[in-house]
Amino acid sequence: MSPTDLDEFIAASARALALPVEAAWGPAIRFNLEVTFRFASLVADHPLPDDAEPAPVFRA
Amino acid sequence: MFDSAEASALDIARAVAEGAMTARAVVEAALARIARLNPLLNAFTDVTAERARTRAAAIDARRAKGEPLGPLAGAPFAVKNLFDVAGLPTRAGSKINRDRPPALRDSPLIERLEAAGAVLIGALNMGEYAYDFTGENVHDGASRNPHDPARMTGGSSGGSGGAVAGRLAPLALGSDTNGSIRVPSSLCGVFGLKPTYGRLTRARTFPFVASLDHLGPFARSVADLAACYDAMQGPDAEDPACAARPAEPVTPTLAAGLDGLRIATAGGYFRRGLSAEGHSALATVAAALGVTREVEWPEAARARAAAYVITCAEGAALHIDRLRTRAKDFDPAVRDRLIAGAMMPAGMVIRAQKFRRWYQARVLELFEKIDAVLLPATPCTAPRIGQETFTLDGVEMPVRANLGIYTQPISFIGLPVVAIPVPLTPLPIAVQIVAAPWREDVALRIACVLEKNGVAAAPKPARTSSAPAGA
Repeated sequence: MSPTDLDEFIAASARALALPVEAAWGPAIRFNLEVTFRFASLVADHPLPDDAEPAPVFRA
Repeated sequence: MFDSAEASALDIARAVAEGAMTARAVVEAALARIARLNPLLNAFTDVTAERARTRAAAIDARRAKGEPLGPLAGAPFAVKNLFDVAGLPTRAGSKINRDRPPALRDSPLIERLEAAGAVLIGALNMGEYAYDFTGENVHDGASRNPHDPARMTGGSSGGSGGAVAGRLAPLALGSDTNGSIRVPSSLCGVFGLKPTYGRLTRARTFPFVASLDHLGPFARSVADLAACYDAMQGPDAEDPACAARPAEPVTPTLAAGLDGLRIATAGGYFRRGLSAEGHSALATVAAALGVTREVEWPEAARARAAAYVITCAEGAALHIDRLRTRAKDFDPAVRDRLIAGAMMPAGMVIRAQKFRRWYQARVLELFEKIDAVLLPATPCTAPRIGQETFTLDGVEMPVRANLGIYTQPISFIGLPVVAIPVPLTPLPIAVQIVAAPWREDVALRIACVLEKNGVAAAPKPARTSSAPAGA
């Protein structure tokens, strides 16, 4: 995502989640989101089978 | 003369049991050291002096009546301030939590240590809501490293590392979600144990990331670390993640040596970004153990990335209401990461949890061929307080996010780790001894060998030698 796209995503998400994000916080939130998306992308690049179980499981 | 500042917890318990020392005198000496050194080290946020005096007097009364004392009788300890301590609000390093009502009961780990005779003397500074590797705190001030108060303790259990290294207490408890016991152990030069996920109950402590949170002890000797850990083991229905397995004491096998143990180091990811001091400590430890084998640890970089993703998301989910209502009362560095975490699409988090299962299976295959792996704990020795970046392998990187690069891939799948301090000059640095799940005994046996041959030790900081002597 471009910085502008990310800023729009942050603004829309803040509204959807009712988070009172001030304009001055924007650059730090964008930086953190960029890092998080980059790490999530690294994880997503690793092939996994459809039946891979998530690690935390509920035991009845 | 018995020096309770330098004495181990087990030495103190022995002295109290033999009548060479009273628990009350040990506690008074500890309180005097805190009064003298805490203004410099900023390790304690709360000192439970009257409670400690009452507790110590009760131990002395038991001894006077000839009643049996616990294995840690009279040994002072303190806890990261995310543990419930009856009568205190559980602040968890935050401003917001100070508005909570005081805890009605102690955390079970405090109860178990006190049942073994240890004496709680206070609560310890930490990074806000445990989302930290530095030991800095905007509300309470930074914990300061006893070896150089201008430097970080590491975090988030910064006060725990500082209190034990600074001889304010022989034992402390901390939490470790991504490295928060092992990073301060490394920067402060003390022993730290992050047990297997699910080994120690987390009931009545303030959480951070439910699927990654661990609790564990800090100490200045392996025997103390083991004794403290043994006193805290056992199932607890109050923590759904706490395993139903019975206590498996490690003290009896501590001196079993290395016979039959297959130990290796790991290259690749765990050598990139490592400072000369880190390389030196790892090489010294490997040489002392005669370890020449190097294994390939699978997908460590991706594991660290997945731990980061899960931490952001679970941490944000925990704090979302506080972010809505009290955003300005957070440390801005914590708030902005949590807000970013709240905005992550759920699919990314679930993918990270699926990868976690795959990764765990690959790492467990590795542990079919070996019993323990030696890894660096931190890339470097303690950075300066306020330092925002450091240079690793010629690349400038943020300190806050990268002090835990070697610890995150291990706690991600809950493996037990002992961080052992290597007393380099002028600053110590630790090595991680990582074992298979539920094999804390293996890591502690190896740590014991390294301590006996002088490779691992908790060095005495020059500044604490000016602490009041006496008891």
